[in-house]
Formats: sequence, C-alpha cells, structure tokens
Amino acid sequence: MLRLEKLTKIYKTGDKALNAVDLEVPQGQVLALIGPSGAGKSTLIRCINRLVEPTSGTVTLDGTELTGLGSGGLRKARRRMGMIFQEYALVERLTVMKNVLSGRLGYVPFWRTLLRTFPQSDVDEAFRQLDRVGLLEMADKRADELSGGQRQRVGICRVLIQNPAVLLEDEPTASLDPKTSRQIMRLICELCEERNLAAIVNIHGVAKTALRQFPGPALAAHCFGALPDRCLCLD
Amino acid sequence: MLYLIAAFASIDVNWSWVYEGLDRGWKFIVAFANPDFTSRATDIKEGLIENAVITIVSTVVGIAVSIPIGLGAARNISALPVYLVCRAIVAISRSLNGIVVAILLVAILGFGPLASFLTLSFATIVFLSKLLAEEIEDMDKVQAEAIRATGGSWLQRFDYGVFPQIVPRLIGLSIYRLDINFRESAVLGLVGAGGIGATLNTAFDRYEFDTAAAILLMITAQLWCWNTSRVSSARRCNDGDL
Ligand SMILES: Nc1ncnc2c1ncn2[C@@H]1O[C@H](COP(=O)(O)OP(=O)(O)OP(=O)(O)O)[C@@H](O)[C@H]1O
Ligand SMILES: [Mg+2]
Repeated sequence: MLRLEKLTKIYKTGDKALNAVDLEVPQGQVLALIGPSGAGKSTLIRCINRLVEPTSGTVTLDGTELTGLGSGGLRKARRRMGMIFQEYALVERLTVMKNVLSGRLGYVPFWRTLLRTFPQSDVDEAFRQLDRVGLLEMADKRADELSGGQRQRVGICRVLIQNPAVLLEDEPTASLDPKTSRQIMRLICELCEERNLAAIVNIHGVAKTALRQFPGPALAAHCFGALPDRCLCLD
Repeated sequence: MLYLIAAFASIDVNWSWVYEGLDRGWKFIVAFANPDFTSRATDIKEGLIENAVITIVSTVVGIAVSIPIGLGAARNISALPVYLVCRAIVAISRSLNGIVVAILLVAILGFGPLASFLTLSFATIVFLSKLLAEEIEDMDKVQAEAIRATGGSWLQRFDYGVFPQIVPRLIGLSIYRLDINFRESAVLGLVGAGGIGATLNTAFDRYEFDTAAAILLMITAQLWCWNTSRVSSARRCNDGDL
C-alpha cells in the first residue's frame, strides 16, 4: 500500500507543481495519472522515490515513511520501487544482460557490481525475466542496438528484478508507436496482476477538454490500450 | 605596406651570424643524410626508454588524479563544497603555463627525469580534469537517475550511470594526451628534464650533428609506431561493452 498525504512540491523557481495531494494506491491496483502538460505528473512520481525532494507532506510505503528516511534507508526503500522512464533510461553502452542486472544494484555490494560478478541467482532471474518478455536471444546485445519497444521491455525487466512492491512509470509509452505502446501497456498490466503490484502510470498529452468528453477511465483506456483499475486527473 | 617595409628594415640582421648559421645548417643537413646511430647507441637507447617510461607513467598518474578531480568539478553529480574546491583546483592549475612549471620544477628538483615526470603529470591533470568535468556535465542524466532509482549507491551510480557514458571520451582524450606527452617529453629534455631530449641536447652541445640526426629520426620513428598502434586499439575500445 502506497499512501501520499498532503504531498506538496514547490520548485526553487517558485512553481507550485504539487498542491497537497492525497492519494492511496493499494497492492495490485494500476492507477492511471492523467492531466495536461505541466500538471505535475512527473513531479508526483519523482517525489515518491525522492528523485525530487518533496517540500512537505508524507509518502508511506507499506508502513515505512519514505519522507523521513536518511540516505541509507532511502536507498533500501528505493529497491522496492521500480521506475520506468519515457526515454527508457538504459545504460546505452552496456549489454542487455548487464542492464537487467543493474536492477540488483541496491542489493549487491559495490565491489561485486564493480567486477560485474552478480550472484548466480540474480543471473538466473535476469534470464527468466528476459525470457518472459521475449528478449532471451538479445541478452548479449548492447542496449543501443535495440528498438524502442525492445528497450522498454529491458527497462521492465530491470524493474522486475528489483522485486518491487510499486511501479512508478512516467509516460512509459510516449516514445513508442501506437501498436507497440499498446503491447507494452498490456505487458505492464499483466505483470502487475501476476505479481500483485501497485502501479502509478503517467499518461501524456491528455487535455482537460478531452476529459470532459470521455469520463476518466474510458479516456485512459483509449490512450492506454489496456484498462487501468483507476484514473486520477491532476490539474 | 609602408609599415611592413619599415618593419622589415628595422630588423637588425647580423649577416656574419646568418652565414655561420647557414653553414651549420648545411652541416646538419649533410649529417641527416648519414645519421650516426652507432657511436652513441646506448645513450640513445637509454634516452628513448627513459622517454617512453616518463611518458607512460606520467600519463597514467595524470589520468588517475584527474578522474576524481573531474568528477568533483562536475556540478551535476557533486555536492557544492566539493565542486567549488575542485573547480578552484582546475582554474588555478590552468593559469600556470606548462614550460614555466617545468623550469620551476627543474629549479627545485634539479636536472633529471623526475622534473619531467611531474611536469607532464601536471599538464595531463590540467588538460583532462576540465574536459572530463565538462563531459560529465553534458551526459545523459536519466541513465544515472535510473541507477539512483534502483537504490544504487553513489559509487554504483558512477560506475553504471556515468562511467560508461564518458568512457569513449576518456579513452580518446587519454590517447591524445599520451601523444602530446610523448612529444613534450622530448622537448622537456632540452630544458634539462631528462629523457631523450637531454641526450639530444648533449649531442648538439658536442656538435655531433650526425648523432643528433639519428636521435631525431628515432623520435620520429617512435611516434610513428605509436600512432599506428593506437588507431586500432581506440577503435576496439569504442565498440566493446564495459
Ligand atoms: N526541475 C524543475 N525546476 C523548476 N520547475 C520545474 C522543474 N520540473 C518541473 N517544474 C515545473 O513544475 C510543474 C510541473 O512539471 P511536471 O514535469 O511535473 O509536469 P508534467 O505533468 O509531468 O508535464 P508533462 O505532461 O509535460 O510531462 C511545471 O510547471 C514545471 O514548469
Ligand atoms: Mg512529465
């Protein structure tokens, strides 16, 4: 269970990106987050794992208050939050396999990751995840040799190997063509169901006027390609 | 135009010196036609080896020192106090001229390869740390952010999110610097800082132009070997994964 209480973010520039947002996402729920550009969708997601420091308010994950953690505790907590990026954010010059294994960085000591010698159980798990998304034969290719859809699937593997409780996804399909977008969205929804994960998914480019024409979930389903459990509009 | 003529007229040429110089130049050219590799063979060999050692060691040490300084001087990954200190180091060291440093070091440490080694290390640090910092500031920051989001530590973030992005540039700049250091180590010998330049200096002082010619040819050959070998190795580094 992920809970936000009165989460507020005011940037140094004075932009009030989030204004006392209250939100609860139970285990297994996929929440679609829509709203016009600049509504604060990315900010909300980034405040949860504190890539952006919230100005006030609290974030609680399974009873741990993330907003009160020191840097060590925060790193431990981040292992339970998988983040998926619009630009995939793979390490371009590393192989697919090493990219997937980088999801284990929070669990493995530095010297092992430096030598690129991950525990065998992690390696097996990485192969399993790659197989699950149909990229097994790509394991030794470099990430910059993949197509957009393939890259995002590697991004998903990297997140799953973290063994997360929550997925945070910032416009995961905004850089993909409509057909691939729908495939990726469907994959994400399937995985959330399989593993009973909570997820917050940002969807880009949804204007308020469009929201008036369709009610929330229908619109989200339209952009999404798969039906989220719930839809929330920021403005 | 008038100014140019006036300027030329004001150059005071001592024609007898020029004549002597021409004479010496001619002897030098003749010497090049039959360079003498043998009579000072051991000196030349030792000089060349000393040169190579000075170059390689100073470049390696320079790179090793400039990586942490470059990291610290990159605003996007370092805390403000660290950044300010490293930027100050970069700024101050850049304002010192290389040859001045060499002469200073010779004055402090006396003649010999140590001065040469320190000068080249210093020059490498000056050159590399600033460019490295700029490269880090220009990197794609989401890659590093993704590593941070998995719960990786600062070192892991550097190792996975930053280092792979700067490696091609780091290798390119290091090879380029090694190149420059090779050349400079020969020149530094002339101000008394050891290596093949010192051997060359001695040869000139003794008017052994044939030996000097041999030394110059050897330096050229060494540079040429080095140049051809580095092209292939650089290409291999770029295509690999890390
Ligand atoms: N690093 C930053 N510094 C200052 N202001 C920022 C920063 N990032 C975002 N903002 C401001 O915060 C507000 C919300 O931005 P945010 O990126 O969260 O919007 P968004 O809903 O994700 O928009 P989009 O759909 O275009 O991605 C905007 O007004 C933006 O100008
Ligand atoms: Mg956004």
